[in-house]
Amino acid sequence: MVLDANWAVKWLTLCAQAMAEHRVWLIELDRAIGDSDHGENMDRGFQAVLDKLAEVPPETPGAALKLTAMTLMSKVGGAAGPLYGTAFLRAAASLGDSPEVEPAAFARAVVAARDGIVARGKAEAGDKTMVDAWTPAAEAAIAASADGAGTALEVLVAAAEAAEAGAVATDPMVARKGRASYLGERSAGHRDPGAASTALILRAAVGAAA
Amino acid sequence: MTVALVVVSHSEKLADGAAELAAQMAPDVSIVAAGGTPDGRIGTSLERVMAALEQAAGGDGVVVLTDLGSAVMTAESALEFAGEPEGVLLADAPLVEGLVAAAVAAQGGADVYAVKRAAEGVFGSAAGVPASSSLSAVEEGSVTGAGPEFTGDFELINQAGMHARPAAKIAGGLSSLDARVTVNGLDGTSMVALMTLAAGKGSVLHVEAWGVDAERAVNYVGGLVQAGFGEP
Repeated sequence: MVLDANWAVKWLTLCAQAMAEHRVWLIELDRAIGDSDHGENMDRGFQAVLDKLAEVPPETPGAALKLTAMTLMSKVGGAAGPLYGTAFLRAAASLGDSPEVEPAAFARAVVAARDGIVARGKAEAGDKTMVDAWTPAAEAAIAASADGAGTALEVLVAAAEAAEAGAVATDPMVARKGRASYLGERSAGHRDPGAASTALILRAAVGAAA
Repeated sequence: MTVALVVVSHSEKLADGAAELAAQMAPDVSIVAAGGTPDGRIGTSLERVMAALEQAAGGDGVVVLTDLGSAVMTAESALEFAGEPEGVLLADAPLVEGLVAAAVAAQGGADVYAVKRAAEGVFGSAAGVPASSSLSAVEEGSVTGAGPEFTGDFELINQAGMHARPAAKIAGGLSSLDARVTVNGLDGTSMVALMTLAAGKGSVLHVEAWGVDAERAVNYVGGLVQAGFGEP
């Protein structure tokens, strides 16, 4: 499987599908510990990404991610907009203009996305945020692609599985960042919505390559 | 031409209202509001912020004020998208008070760094921390260890005493000078600090100043006070 512009467009299309399908679930997660707009915001944001992709078909994976960054930052509205926008923007910059993405380059892009989110949101591991899904995903992708070992699909799967495990691991955490932090101990026992949507996004990347 | 200001808020009404409020004290300053999302919801929009930055560009720099967390992130993202343009600074300040202080400083001809400081200076004074506490550190570090370079005591003669407009005039003018100035121990470049003095007619303002423009600073305050700020 080659990670080219077609793959990137399919990835983002599957992201939009996943957000539409899980809209209510994300809203419910966010209602428990936030302001219950995450599902709606992500759904709206990725639907707008679909429109943009149709308007201006991107020629490289990097261009597709940059378009996504711009659109999410403009359309999402909540904190997820600039956070995911920064993630896609840094990933796009990391990929550059190359028409095809090597497995190791994808891993580096996940690291860049993770670092962008940390820089923008100032959250650390264990704060019960999307960082708790992105950090293990980045580490797993780097490990899977080390020394040119893994295929593209293996690296994508490693990132997705680590993000999913990371999202589940936010359940017992007490939030230290974002709106949920106002709840203190009461935030424990609920999954972080941003970590949940991160897992959906990285799982979609696998679906696009399968 | 002055420093321009951009107001980023989750609410379009809040951004517009804050800009309107600040414009009253700073008629020559370009204050561009970027509030809400293009489809009229509560939130912040990169498109709107970038459009506002473009509109504000071309002067002597831009200072951006923001409200809640994701407005800060959207503003930072907009600067990243624009390639971190020179002379565009984010101020870490309460939106309304910071904006008014920044607008007054910009109106007084302060440069982009001084305008940012004016906005951020609101924090300390709002918490009631006297500016002189940071000044004493400077004194100890100086070679002579001497007191202020220039001082003056001026009695308020206008009926209303120290209120918003005089405070704005003093803070605005002082922020464009190269001097550290305290008025009754509080930061003279902070409009909010000056208003907390609650000094009525007959009260005496004790001004202390350090730095290159120290003498001008004391004279500036004295001139305003003795002219009754142009008020009855």
